[in-house]
Amino acid sequence: MDVLNALTQGILLGGVFALFASGLSIMFGVMRIVNLAHGDLAVLAAFIAVVALTYTPLPFGALVVVAPIFGLLGYVMQRLLVTPSLEAGPLATLVATFGLSIVIQNALIEGFSADVRSLDAGGLATASISLGGGIDLPLVGVLGLGTAIAVIGGMQIFLSRSRTGRMMRAASDDVDTAALTGANSRHIYAVATAIAFGTLALAGVLFGTRSSFSPTSGTLTLIFAFEAVVIGGLGSLWGTLLGGLSLGLTQSMVAYYDPAAAILAGHLVFLAVLALRPQGLIPARST
Amino acid sequence: MTLLRIDAIDVHHGLLRAITGFSVAVDEGEVVSVIGANGAGKSTLMRAVAGSIPVSSGRVEVNGDDVTRLRAHQRIARGVALVPEGRKLFPSLTLEENLLTGAYRRRPGPWDLDTVYDMFGWMPDRRNQNSRLLSGGEQQAVAIGRALMSNPDILLIDELSLGLAPIVVKQIYASFQQIVVNGCAILFVEQDVSQALAIADEVVCLLEGRTMLAGRPADLDPSDVESAYFGATTGGH
Amino acid sequence: MTAPRLELRDLSKRFGSVIVADGLSLTVPPNQALGIVGPNGAGKSTLFAMISGELNPDRGTVLLDGVDVTRHRADVRAAHGIGRTFQIPRPFEGMTVFENVLVYATAAAGLRKAEAYRLAAATLERCGLGDVANRPAGALGLLNRKRLEVARALGSNPQLLLLDEVAGGLTDPEVALLVDLVNGLKAEGLTVVWIEHVVHALLASVDRLACLAGGRLVADGDPDDVLKDPSVRDLYLGHAGVLEEDLQ
Repeated sequence: MDVLNALTQGILLGGVFALFASGLSIMFGVMRIVNLAHGDLAVLAAFIAVVALTYTPLPFGALVVVAPIFGLLGYVMQRLLVTPSLEAGPLATLVATFGLSIVIQNALIEGFSADVRSLDAGGLATASISLGGGIDLPLVGVLGLGTAIAVIGGMQIFLSRSRTGRMMRAASDDVDTAALTGANSRHIYAVATAIAFGTLALAGVLFGTRSSFSPTSGTLTLIFAFEAVVIGGLGSLWGTLLGGLSLGLTQSMVAYYDPAAAILAGHLVFLAVLALRPQGLIPARST
Repeated sequence: MTLLRIDAIDVHHGLLRAITGFSVAVDEGEVVSVIGANGAGKSTLMRAVAGSIPVSSGRVEVNGDDVTRLRAHQRIARGVALVPEGRKLFPSLTLEENLLTGAYRRRPGPWDLDTVYDMFGWMPDRRNQNSRLLSGGEQQAVAIGRALMSNPDILLIDELSLGLAPIVVKQIYASFQQIVVNGCAILFVEQDVSQALAIADEVVCLLEGRTMLAGRPADLDPSDVESAYFGATTGGH
Repeated sequence: MTAPRLELRDLSKRFGSVIVADGLSLTVPPNQALGIVGPNGAGKSTLFAMISGELNPDRGTVLLDGVDVTRHRADVRAAHGIGRTFQIPRPFEGMTVFENVLVYATAAAGLRKAEAYRLAAATLERCGLGDVANRPAGALGLLNRKRLEVARALGSNPQLLLLDEVAGGLTDPEVALLVDLVNGLKAEGLTVVWIEHVVHALLASVDRLACLAGGRLVADGDPDDVLKDPSVRDLYLGHAGVLEEDLQ
C-alpha cells in the first residue's frame, strides 16, 4: 500500500514539476530563450506569498493573487531586460538571466535570511482526500496536478486556437515574416513572458505549501524544470506534462526505497533519455 | 487614385547605398513590375516599401498617409502587404493557419478565408495540412492568400516566379485580374523580362539601385529595355 | 557493352499520401545529358536524394555503373563518383572561393595537400571561377554562387553530376554562361542529369528531356518533342503561346 502511496505522491509531485517546466518551455519555444532565473523567480513568488500571508490572514485563495502580479512583472521584464539582451545576441540573454538569478537569490538572503521556511496554508496543507485502502491524496498535491493540467491545457488551447497564440507560434518559426503579417514581436514576446511568469508564480506558491524552501532553492528547481522539458520533448506542452510526471514518479518511487538516492535517480533518468531518445517522449515537429 | 507613392527614396545597406532616388506611383487597379539584373536592388526595394528595412531619405505614402517612419508590422494596418522572396510560410502552421496569420491585422475588405478559397479552389481540401508538405507553387499561392487576408491596398510580390513550374506561374498571373478588380494594386518583382512586359501595365527597370527606364510596355523599345537592364556591361559578375 | 552510368529499376517511394516515385524506371548511358522537368512537389529532388543515397526507396533498385547500390550508404555510393548540387547553396561565407573548393576537394576526394590543391585549382578553372578565386564566398554575385555550388559538386571529381535547379534566379545572359559551363563538363565526358524549371537552359544543353509527374515519367525523349507533348503541356507548361517563349 505504501508503494501505491509513493506512486500517487509521485504523480502529484510530477504535476508541480510540469507546472514549473511549462513556463520554461514557453519561453524557449517562442523566443529561444533559456531563462536561468526561472527557478529563482518561482522561489521569489513563494517568498512574496509568505509576506502576503503575514498581512492578510486569508486562506489559500489569496496566494493565487501572486500569479497575475507576476504575469505583469513578466511583461515589464520582457520589455526592459530581455528584448535589449535579445538584440545583443543569444549569449547575452543567458548572461542577463544568470545575473538576474544571482540578484534574486542574494536579495532574498538579505531580506529574509538564508533560513528554510515553508508556506503555511493553514488547514489546506494537511488536508487530504482519502481514497481508501490507506491511500491519502494530499489536497495540495491534487490542486498542484489539477492546476498543472488546467494551465497546460489552457496554454495549448491558447496557442492552437487564439489569434495571439497562433501568431506566437508563427513568431517562433520566423519573427521577421511574422512582422510582415502585422505582429509586433516585442508585444508577442512580452505576452509569452507574462504567461511564463504567471505559471512559475503558481508553481512556486504550490511548491512552497508542500515543501520547505530557502532563497537558494531556485537552482535545483531550475534543473528539475529543465529535466522535465527535455524528458518530455522540447516544443510540446503535453510532453512537458509527461516529462514532469516522469520525473516526479521517478523521484517518489526511488525515495520509497532509498530517500537519499531520489534526486540522483531523477538525474539518471534525464541522462538516459538524452542518450537513448534525445528528442524526448513527445517529439515536436521540428523546423 | 494613387494607392502607393514612393518619392525619391534612398536605402542603405550599412554604408553601401543600395537604392538611389527611386520614385514610382501605383494607381488603383494597376499592375507595376520592377525588373533588373541580379544585385540591382529589387528585393531591397520591396523590403523597404514593406518596412522591413528603413529608408534613409525620401517618402513612402500609402493612400495619402505618410508611412515612411512606420515599421513593417505597422504598415500592414495601413494597407501594405508583402509576399516575401522564397514564400516564407510558417512551417509549424497548417495551410489555413498560415492564411489566418494574414488576418492578424485585418482591414475591412472583400478578402477572407471564403474568398481566398474561392480563388484557389484546391486549398479547402488541404486546409489542415502542414504547410511544409505543400509544393513550391502551392506555397506561393498560400503566401499570396496570406497577404490578401489583410485586405491590402497595395500588394507587393518579391520574385514571383522563382523556382516555379511554368504552368503555375501562368496560373498566378491569371489570378492578378481577380485581385485588382477589387481595388487593390500590385507591385511585383519579376526575373523573367518577357513575362513582366506581357503582364504589367507599367514596367520599371533597376540597375545598381537606380531607375534606368520606366513606362508602359507598349511604349518601350526592346533594345532600350535591354540596355537599361544591363547598363554599359553585359550580365554575369 | 558498357553499363549505363545510372539505372533506376521500378523505383517506388511515398511520404504518406504523397507519391514521389511510382514504379519509376530510367536508364542513363555514359556521357548523356538528361534534363528533367515536372510540377513542383512531383518528387524531383527526392529522386536525386534516392540516387545519391540520402534516402532509401520503398521498393526498387538503384544501379551505378551496373552495380546495385540500393542498400549502400551515401558515402559508399560517392565512391562511384556522384556529385550533386543543392537548391539552397551554403558555401563557407567567410572563406575565399578557392578555400571553399579546397575544402570540398579535401573532404570529398580525401586527397592530401598537393593533390588537393591541384584538384581545387583545376575545378576552379573548369567552373570559370578563376577571377574570383580570392574573394570571400559571401561577396559573390548570384551567377558565381551557382558556379561555386557546381564546383562543390565536382569536389570529388565525379563521373555523374546531378544538378538541382541551378538556373533559378539567373538573368538570360547568366543562364547562357551557366549553360556554357555545363556543356563544357559534358564535353569532358561527364554524365549530367539536370532538374530545372528554366526550360530554355535545358534546351540549350541536354540531349534528352523527361517529364516527371506524380512519380512517373509522363514523357521521355527528344526535348522539342517532349515540350509539344499534350500531357506535358497540361501538367507543366500550360498552353497557348507558351512554346514560343520557352523556346527563346
